[in-house]
Amino acid sequence: MTLVAPVAGERLLGRTLRRARDWAPAAVVLVLSLALWQGLVAALEIERFLLPRPTQILKAFWEQRDTLWSAGLFTFREALGGFAIGCTAAILAALVLARWRRLGGALMPYAIAANAVPIIAFAPITNQWFGLLNPLSKMVIAAILCFFPVLVNTLRGLTSVRPSSIELMRSYAAGELEIFRRVRIPNSLPYVFSALKVASVLAMIGAVVGEFFGGSQEALGVQIRSATALFQFETAWAAILVASLLGIAFYLVIALVERLTMGWHPSTRTAD
Amino acid sequence: MSGAAAVSIRRVSKTFAAGDVVALQEIDLDIRPREFVSLIGPSGCGKSTLLRIVGDLIRPSSGEIVVNGKSAHEARLDRDYGIVFQDAVLYDWRTVARNIALPLEMAGWDRARRAERVREMLELVELTGFESRHPWQLSGGMQQRVAIARALSFSPALLLMDEPFGALDEMTRERLNAELLRIWRETGCTVLFVTHSIAEAVFLSTRVVVMSPRPGRIAEIVEIDLAQPRTGDTREDPRFFELVTEVREALHGGSDRGSPRLRVAE
Repeated sequence: MTLVAPVAGERLLGRTLRRARDWAPAAVVLVLSLALWQGLVAALEIERFLLPRPTQILKAFWEQRDTLWSAGLFTFREALGGFAIGCTAAILAALVLARWRRLGGALMPYAIAANAVPIIAFAPITNQWFGLLNPLSKMVIAAILCFFPVLVNTLRGLTSVRPSSIELMRSYAAGELEIFRRVRIPNSLPYVFSALKVASVLAMIGAVVGEFFGGSQEALGVQIRSATALFQFETAWAAILVASLLGIAFYLVIALVERLTMGWHPSTRTAD
Repeated sequence: MSGAAAVSIRRVSKTFAAGDVVALQEIDLDIRPREFVSLIGPSGCGKSTLLRIVGDLIRPSSGEIVVNGKSAHEARLDRDYGIVFQDAVLYDWRTVARNIALPLEMAGWDRARRAERVREMLELVELTGFESRHPWQLSGGMQQRVAIARALSFSPALLLMDEPFGALDEMTRERLNAELLRIWRETGCTVLFVTHSIAEAVFLSTRVVVMSPRPGRIAEIVEIDLAQPRTGDTREDPRFFELVTEVREALHGGSDRGSPRLRVAE
């Protein structure tokens, strides 16, 4: 391996340029599709309640940015709460099931079966249980959506350890607790993070869909519903834009935490 | 008598519950301090099982093991041995230095003492300069050297090695063989070494224990009287070839021994 270290500033510049080159194709696709959308809607004279032009959506977004952002943050708080509850519960459950394998064998088939239940259909029920205006009614939906992918992935990460890894720890007189701390948990981190990334998106979906079945006027899902009821389709689209931006931001934050905590992992390294 | 031996194996048998497979039957073996003993035999002769029984990673069905004058169980809890497997078993989330320091951390050494010992071990396995690399940035041979450094970092009196060079190419393997012998001389530890390779067993060992399968038992023990220290020239010594032949004959079973072909050769 050649390790000729260039000057720090030069390396930073090089990295920025490389990053820009990596992202350039995606940026071109974005600009082209927005232009195509704009052009087709105008050329085919599509009615604005079917599909507004991107410029109309951006205009609506700009004019109502304060309301939309506060609604977005309101919903994001619900998603975040649900994410925290669901992921914490899933990780704790995975630790218990990995420690007591037989319990895992007894429970996992049902966990997997339960995962097939369309959780979102429970939204009216959780609204009933916790009250329409209680954020907890949305958090529970988000939490349940997050729970299964995090449970299954974490459990796989905790248990897919080479037998010789465990033998090595036992040769150092390590007990179960120490094997968890030093081998199983670090080994599970890549699995946990990919599950958390999936869960971040699911949490936002869960919160918004929960709101469709009723909630505070401040909530994004409720605003999307009332905007469409009032034929303000540009506003509804702008609200969807806000929801997507928050979902993407949430995902990116977790990806960033992953990069910071797992600098050691081959997958987080770019070829440099 | 077992007080003098580094490892004493008495009438050890192991039957695996699944299918009543007799992996080992009535094994008796004494390993003296500072000896280098290889276990060799075809797949299924129980050599890896025997190594794990010495390390208290598998319980024998019957028989007794004494390691450093204690039961194998006590010896494991006292961290009396270091172990190296066929795959290096390095933890990707730890750098080379922190992989080597792992057993020291677990034994409660303070940071300064750990750093000092890691530096010495890197020197011993000739990996100075690689301390902050991650395992996946190293070649297979380098990874195995890190595993050896880790196994020896806490100066155990006994080193257990389960086909440590089995996955390496021939040239790397020969280089690491020579390096292992140097480390063995410098540290004065006792080595129990499992291998598939006759040439490797003869080159490295003071004694080669030839095992036969189904049930696993000791077929023959061959004293390797090649001069120490062994070098590249050892592999060209006529005596080396004689011993290789002797081990090979023992591997192919007692009935073949003293076959006409061998008599003619004599």
